[in-house]
Amino acid sequence: MIVTLDSRPARGIRGTGSLFPFVFIVFFLIVPACRKAGDTSATLTVAGSTSVQPFAEKLAETYMATHPGLAINVQGGGSTAGVRAAETGAAQIGMSSRHLKDSEKALRQVTIALDGIAIIVNAANPVKGLTRAQVAAIFAGEVPRWSAVGGADRPIHFVSREEGSGTRGAFEEMVMGKKDIAPRALVQDSNGAVREIVASDPDALGYISLGLVDRRVRAVAIDGVLATHETIVAKQYAVVRPFLFLSRAEPAGSAKAFIDFVLGPDGQRLLGLEGLIPAVQP
Amino acid sequence: MNTKRRGERAVELSLTLIAVSSVAILFIITFFIFKEGLPFILEVGPGKMLFALDWAPTKGKFGLLPMIVGSLLATGGALLIGVPLGLSCAIFLVEFSKPRVRRVLKPAIELLAGIPSVVYGFLGVVFLVPLIRTHLGGPGLSLLAGALILGVMILPTVISISIDALEAVPRSYREGSLALGATTAQTVTHVVIPAARSGIVTAVILGMGRAIGETMAVIMVTGNALDLPGSPLAPIRTLTSNIALELGYAAGNHQKALFATGVILFVMIMILNLAATATSRRRAR
Amino acid sequence: MKRLMHPDLAQRVIKALLILVTAFTLSILIFIITYLLLKGLPVFSREFFTGHAIDMGRAGGIFPFIVSTVFLTGVALAIATPLGVGTAIYLTEYTRESRLTRVIRFAAECLAGVPSIILGLFGFVTFVLYLHLGWSIISGGLTMAIMVLPTIIRTSEEAILAVPHAQREVSYSLGGTRWQTVIHVVLPGALPGILTGIMLSIGRCIGETAAVIFTAGSSLMPPTTVLDSGRTLAVHFYILAREGISTEMAFGTAAVLMISILTINVTAYGLMHRMMRRFS
Repeated sequence: MIVTLDSRPARGIRGTGSLFPFVFIVFFLIVPACRKAGDTSATLTVAGSTSVQPFAEKLAETYMATHPGLAINVQGGGSTAGVRAAETGAAQIGMSSRHLKDSEKALRQVTIALDGIAIIVNAANPVKGLTRAQVAAIFAGEVPRWSAVGGADRPIHFVSREEGSGTRGAFEEMVMGKKDIAPRALVQDSNGAVREIVASDPDALGYISLGLVDRRVRAVAIDGVLATHETIVAKQYAVVRPFLFLSRAEPAGSAKAFIDFVLGPDGQRLLGLEGLIPAVQP
Repeated sequence: MNTKRRGERAVELSLTLIAVSSVAILFIITFFIFKEGLPFILEVGPGKMLFALDWAPTKGKFGLLPMIVGSLLATGGALLIGVPLGLSCAIFLVEFSKPRVRRVLKPAIELLAGIPSVVYGFLGVVFLVPLIRTHLGGPGLSLLAGALILGVMILPTVISISIDALEAVPRSYREGSLALGATTAQTVTHVVIPAARSGIVTAVILGMGRAIGETMAVIMVTGNALDLPGSPLAPIRTLTSNIALELGYAAGNHQKALFATGVILFVMIMILNLAATATSRRRAR
Repeated sequence: MKRLMHPDLAQRVIKALLILVTAFTLSILIFIITYLLLKGLPVFSREFFTGHAIDMGRAGGIFPFIVSTVFLTGVALAIATPLGVGTAIYLTEYTRESRLTRVIRFAAECLAGVPSIILGLFGFVTFVLYLHLGWSIISGGLTMAIMVLPTIIRTSEEAILAVPHAQREVSYSLGGTRWQTVIHVVLPGALPGILTGIMLSIGRCIGETAAVIFTAGSSLMPPTTVLDSGRTLAVHFYILAREGISTEMAFGTAAVLMISILTINVTAYGLMHRMMRRFS
């Protein structure tokens, strides 16, 4: 290599490198302190249950149409993520689709609606009803084929939600009871994804929010009762869980205004139209 | 003259700071992941984490074996598909096709490396999964689906780097062999490929790295079951899918367990990187 | 030497097999692009590109997601480009090969191999939670900056090294300082290569999902400040596809993604070839 006139290498970094860690430490200490001081009222973050998410997005869409200054950001992540977000303040409102555990009871909660959990099969599946015990046994991996519960001689492909899901938590509480969902269950991270699998696989079985059932899947009767608005209100269909809005402290400002809207007649009517059971009867 | 010198010093100083901050960023990430994950692995016991079958973090069980096996099998399957196909393409393009063809096709293949993984995953769900389910059995969401999708995803990488490796073999090698009366095919098999061996190994290793690190496509097509697969038609869960499925809500020990998964992935990939650097350096020599 | 088959016959067989394999491989890749374009292009309309998402993306348009994508990519590159190019200049012009430079280079190579979900995990815990930046463009931008930094360092370094030494010598012999040489001689010469790296990074930012969904969130509104959450095109496509919300909109979004990434990659490679031709 040709040696050039000014090709002396630069002096070492002795002395200058030590500035670095200092700058980084300062950045990492100052920024959290600045941001922690409560959030701007022009943005409302609502995060958590993927079951509640589509309904929250609808509510937000309607609310923002009449309140143009406010931006409502709805995030998913699952009910447990919603609990965490509310606890850490990452969201002003957390969403949960299951009852709070004892360790989470410090949060303020308000029930915005009730939702049935539908046990669904593919539209082409002949099975019309199952008992709760049968569903629990299937998901525990004890029933390998549909023929044992009145269907064809085909394997059962059962689909569950992920561990942090409120839907799964509610399902485990109300249907599985003492049994655990088998490790070989297929797992998807949202109700919509579970529905997609059941809609395309004739041998699939899953559980999703009742409000999400469409023409390609069919909800089976549980212990002889079909999940409908009437049977849930009459407390005949028992696999029902609350949709909760959570917050770290008493909601204030834009959060309170939004929650008031959701619990008010317009919000509740919208939720009823979407397939949920309103928490506040008109 | 003096201000010029001081200006130069200021520039030198800022550039040094900039360069060091790049390193600082990597070290902070590595440090963070290890700080959260490593003590946890040691606390639970590496034996219990790496070789136990139960993953139930909310109940205190942290067995990662199904996911480690899932990742290894999916990557292995991807290589089984991607390397023969990719290497064959590379050999064809370099040794048996006209330079004009190669000049068009090589950039075209490199372009395909840019297709987002979610697109691959979506096509897998729409085409591949139903195909496997109807014709081969099982739920369709399976190790096989994952391996096929990953295999296609690493093709551009494998082809591209293999082409570079084959092109780097000096023309004199080929000419010498042909002068001795060998056919092109014999030249390729006995002379070119052995000479390009380390570059090809690099291509395989980089493909492996891409396959192990892939998340979105895998979540969409493998079924994410927590069991050891009994056959390629059974569903699996990889280490990356595990992190993605639980990241949003993990806290405390559970979050540490995810960082521990990150540590394992990180170590696996760093080993692959070192191997790739070592083989490519051998080639340069 | 015993022969199973006459070498010429063997050659013809091998060549035929290779052609088959290559055609098969290429057809898979061509099929992917064609299928997406065929299904996605019919969805294109003015409403599609300028409208907001209605009914969670079932109708309306993808305008907010285009904004989020551009915004996030812009932030990521605004952070990564000065850092990356600066590091490359330092490594090539201001130091000799030493242990420090090897450490820096090795660090960049390792960072390049880190799976995106781990960067997403790091970004979520550090930026979203610890720094209380929440799900926002800045959280996503910082995470993506970390992801593309190694690419920018590597391509800038290659580009700078490709500038002929003679040009630097001319500058020095005319009395230029090192920095003047860098600004007036090296960087202009290395510009095509540096731009290539930047464009490849843009392509990566646009297509990335795992790291973005956990840091920038999935808000349906267009972000107005860096602290707003925003859903990028890739994240929107993932959600549409996974939830089965609307196959039509999913294909449309996928087509937009593919066309933008392919265009950017084509430009990047075009630049790279122009640079190589200039110096070879």
